[in-house]
Amino acid sequence: MAQQALAAAIELGLLTDNAKAQIVSRRGFLLEGPLSADQVRQLSAQLLAEPVVHQFEFGQVGDSRFTNVDAAAITLYVLPKAGVTDPEAESATMAIREMGFAIEQARTFRKFTLVDVDSATSQKIANRVLCNESIEEIVWGPLHLEQLAFGAKYNFRETRIPLLNASDETLQQISREGQLSLTLVEMQTIQRHFQTLGRDPSDIELETIAQTWSEHCSHKTLAGMVTYDDGSQRREFKNLLKETIFAATQNIRRELGANDWCVSVFKDNAGIVKFTDEYNVTFKVETHNRPSAIEPYGGANTGLGGVIRDTMGTGLGAKPVCSTDVFCFASHDRDFDSLPPGVLHPLRIIKGVVAGVRDYGNRMGIPTVNGAVCFDDRYLGNPMVFCGNVGLIPHKLSFKHAQPNDLIVVIGGRTGRDGIHGATFSSVELTEKSEKVSSGAVQIGNAIVEKMVLDVMLAARDRGLYNAVTDCGAGGFSSAVGEMGEEIGAEVWLERAPLKYAGLSHTEIWISEAQERMVFAVPEKHWAEFESLCRSESVEATAIGRFVPTHQLTLKYNDQVVGELSMEFLHGGRPPVKRSATYRVNPPKPFDASRIAPERFGEILHKILAAPNVASKHWIIRQYDHEVLAGSVIKPLVGVNNDGPSDAAVVRPLLDSERGISLSCGMNPLFGDLDPYHMAASSIDEAIRNSVAVGADPQRIGILDNFCWGFTDRPETLGSLVRAAIACQETAEVFQTPFISGKDSLNNEFSYTDGNGTRQTISIPCTLLISAIGQVPEVSRAVTMDLKKANNLLFAVGVTGAHLGGSHATLVLDQHGMGQVPTVNAPRAKSIFAALHRAINDGLVRSCHDLSEGGLSACVAEMAFAGGLGATIDASLLPVEANESLTAFARLFSESNSRFLCEVEPQNRDKFLELFPANTAAKIGSVTESSQVKITDGAATLINESLAALKLSWQKTFDWK
Amino acid sequence: MAQPRVLVLRSPGTNCDAETAYAFEMAGARASHLHINELRERPELLDGFEVVCFPGGFSYGDDLSAGQILALQVKSRLFDRLSQFPEQDKLILGICNGFQVLVKTGLIFSADDQGFPATLTWNTNGRYTDRWVRLVPGNSECVFLKDVEQMYLPIAHGEGRFVARNEATLAELNSEGQFALRYFSNGTSDNPNGSALDIAGLCDPSGRIFGLMPHPERHIHPTQHPRWTREGLSERPDGRAIFENAVAFFA
Repeated sequence: MAQQALAAAIELGLLTDNAKAQIVSRRGFLLEGPLSADQVRQLSAQLLAEPVVHQFEFGQVGDSRFTNVDAAAITLYVLPKAGVTDPEAESATMAIREMGFAIEQARTFRKFTLVDVDSATSQKIANRVLCNESIEEIVWGPLHLEQLAFGAKYNFRETRIPLLNASDETLQQISREGQLSLTLVEMQTIQRHFQTLGRDPSDIELETIAQTWSEHCSHKTLAGMVTYDDGSQRREFKNLLKETIFAATQNIRRELGANDWCVSVFKDNAGIVKFTDEYNVTFKVETHNRPSAIEPYGGANTGLGGVIRDTMGTGLGAKPVCSTDVFCFASHDRDFDSLPPGVLHPLRIIKGVVAGVRDYGNRMGIPTVNGAVCFDDRYLGNPMVFCGNVGLIPHKLSFKHAQPNDLIVVIGGRTGRDGIHGATFSSVELTEKSEKVSSGAVQIGNAIVEKMVLDVMLAARDRGLYNAVTDCGAGGFSSAVGEMGEEIGAEVWLERAPLKYAGLSHTEIWISEAQERMVFAVPEKHWAEFESLCRSESVEATAIGRFVPTHQLTLKYNDQVVGELSMEFLHGGRPPVKRSATYRVNPPKPFDASRIAPERFGEILHKILAAPNVASKHWIIRQYDHEVLAGSVIKPLVGVNNDGPSDAAVVRPLLDSERGISLSCGMNPLFGDLDPYHMAASSIDEAIRNSVAVGADPQRIGILDNFCWGFTDRPETLGSLVRAAIACQETAEVFQTPFISGKDSLNNEFSYTDGNGTRQTISIPCTLLISAIGQVPEVSRAVTMDLKKANNLLFAVGVTGAHLGGSHATLVLDQHGMGQVPTVNAPRAKSIFAALHRAINDGLVRSCHDLSEGGLSACVAEMAFAGGLGATIDASLLPVEANESLTAFARLFSESNSRFLCEVEPQNRDKFLELFPANTAAKIGSVTESSQVKITDGAATLINESLAALKLSWQKTFDWK
Repeated sequence: MAQPRVLVLRSPGTNCDAETAYAFEMAGARASHLHINELRERPELLDGFEVVCFPGGFSYGDDLSAGQILALQVKSRLFDRLSQFPEQDKLILGICNGFQVLVKTGLIFSADDQGFPATLTWNTNGRYTDRWVRLVPGNSECVFLKDVEQMYLPIAHGEGRFVARNEATLAELNSEGQFALRYFSNGTSDNPNGSALDIAGLCDPSGRIFGLMPHPERHIHPTQHPRWTREGLSERPDGRAIFENAVAFFA
């Protein structure tokens, strides 16, 4: 830990490499209870430390050995803030009791001693490396503590909000000061509703409405009314999502008729599609951006934990089988002094986010098999963290229906102040003050609690002990109970919810977003068995209410009604959001490649391979358990040395079946800078082609959308989103690839005041993640991207055009924005995908890799160094768009869609070629024994680079120790 | 006895139990699961099994140190029964987290007044690491490694580095024939975590209690191999030997 802290301080420029500075680190426990010195010695030696590798010391708080601090050094303690989840302290308490010792409480801390560091630098290291003040506190010098316990009895107090006669100005003030994120029109609607009831709302009622109507929970912008105008067409959407993304799926399902393989889409916590005769698979991808900006570890941790609970809350509870994680960050090598105030250094965000995903996924034992990382400095204040999870569920358990008089039962973690206002917080813009004011919205997960909940949930499900389940996510109980009881009505007994500590008000209990909780509808007759099953595995289960057929949501605290809302108003009363959207198409700016001498092509290829979006992510991948559950078929890194980049992951989720699923993604914000329409179409094409490349059946691929955009109240920002949504519909319908679920995150902007006192805003680029789940009929036919054998032939599949706009070649040449952005010829792409799948299924393809960032040149390089074999390519043989004459530069670096490079054994040449439509596939080269990648244009050599050098360029960017 | 009964023990945070039970069944055993809470209430249930397996995972989140809390629970209620397994001609297997538990309960070597003479601790790179490793058996009587010449299996752990108090401890474990498995192939070390002497697995002196960091249950199907698309589908993936040897012991 100390070495890592020192390295991080140097990395961030807080210390110089050759300084004498040292950081000494110790971990420790504060134990409260009637323990003797001998007992503490025994606990230290046998439980808390391991004498083979640790030294330990102990004493009472205030002991002179701890207070006489070395004058030459600076000592500080870092402790989790009161009320922040401290799982290790909870485990220590349990274990100490197991050993037969009396203990009341424990708390963990870390102690750091900084030697040869001046006090100003110490402050910076403490704040930026050693501690995150949103969840931890620093105590400088000796530690003095009276007691660990905190929390005081809650004295019930009912608060009414004077709304009935409030002016518009007051309404806005109430929303702002209560962190409700409700607009004036919404506040007016609520005011009118309570005027008809003739009373003011209580705070808990107003909070419930704010949670339910939040952007995060109700997607009011995307599901709202939009007037769109792009100069050539004007469209009025009553519900943007329904008329684009959902419409595509409905149209596809109608066309498929009896062959429809969608089961439940855009309804439940995840989309559900058919998999085998017995099982369906579920898929959901969530964003967890804002918490990750403030506390990267906790944000990513609970991001993955949350989406796993989405799987668990789908149907009657699906079993999570694998995860995917995609991140967007600012450049990691940024100068510290150039950071706007309130922003964490990107390197700290990257390391924290990766560790957060790693610790949650690995501990739950769910393999993280797929992912991507995208770098762009516009993510500086708003990093993007997308967490996805796939589940498996029997057909007959894929739907749920809570019944009147079922008990409302919560199991798992206890409720604390964690994450209060997470749902409304994720709907507002971040500022430099967010780090301070929003810390309540940051949560730390405890994966083991969620794993325990999963274990008992699956057992209870298979015994038929409940009628419905959902997760406690954004909005906590208010959203979970509100949703489950929407059609029935519910009565909730708030004082019964188990609490982490005393002092929570009834409103805090209702909206807390404490992690690892699931809510069930349990018939009275099964309650005893359900509770005893949970207890047998040390999981706490509590009935906190009942679904009652009143169509009302009734909230009680110690038998007193504290809130009463009609389900109809809660779920149907929100006034529609009306927005206008504009878009102006910019004609492409010509990119003149003829001035770039062919002698530079090799150097450009090296730069593309080293570019952070392309470079090897082994530093991340190797920290994830991608093989637990024993279903791994195609791993994220493949090839002769297990280190080449896979197009997609393939997983066999049933131990006794040969049927697999593929997971892949497509995302390219650089294309979005030129045209969001073609970005969206390209992302769909990329996600599908990555799955097809490993052997997935293109007729059985489902996709998910995650729109992350800037401030969509601005018509031009919303316009770019609408344009992308239209592309999603049009492209998906041609491919017959249905959207099965989706999630958006809007208003991703960061505002701050710069050194000159000017207000600055950074908006993220248009960011659309398309995630694909495919099906591989028989996993032993799957294909990897590494070259297999010398003298095999290399075929270009797909058609190349002059698509350099948004390409990595223009990026590394500082020409981003120039050139024509890649477009998708969807009908042609569809026939190419079908032909390639046939070829793979017939066993004709030895290796296959899609062409994406860096085009043909990067694709050949990656296949070659992954396989440890050379390749010779003649780029003049590429199939190109009719009537287009392409420069050599475009042949090498164009990023046209729907293209692959395939390795085929010589005897299968004709069989392979005859599967493809005319002019969409051609032999362009072969695999060689040499250790060179050689690309020519006819007789002229364009690139001739060694495998070792290419691989080094690709690996060195993130070869972090 | 033809078909041994295998107990795959579950605890909060165990996560490799299903595939481990599957691997035993594939080898011909009859596998069932029990939760540690139930077993602690009724330790006599152990009498109904010929093999006890501690599977991989993060028992109790690996809080304090990997396997520490589950080891404490096993020590306090189950140790006596489990320590008699070798003399009763019964077997114990610990995989990854299960190996950490075996080491920290004292079923592989005992503690003295200074605590345990060796342990499994943080990898030298300080990180959880998932990769494949080449393995060779050491000079032990380990039942699970009978006739095994080499194996290729994945590791996935943060705390797998074997560390001993001193040279004398290493010498003693060696002379007792406890160095069961090493990260090694064709004359070169393939050590992923900095383990002393490339140790990947240890057994008790009888060879009937065995723990290893790599995951044999993750290499029982041919498509689990990271290079099956290059090297072809194996007829007998390497991990199966461990489970088959356990079953064969009772034949």
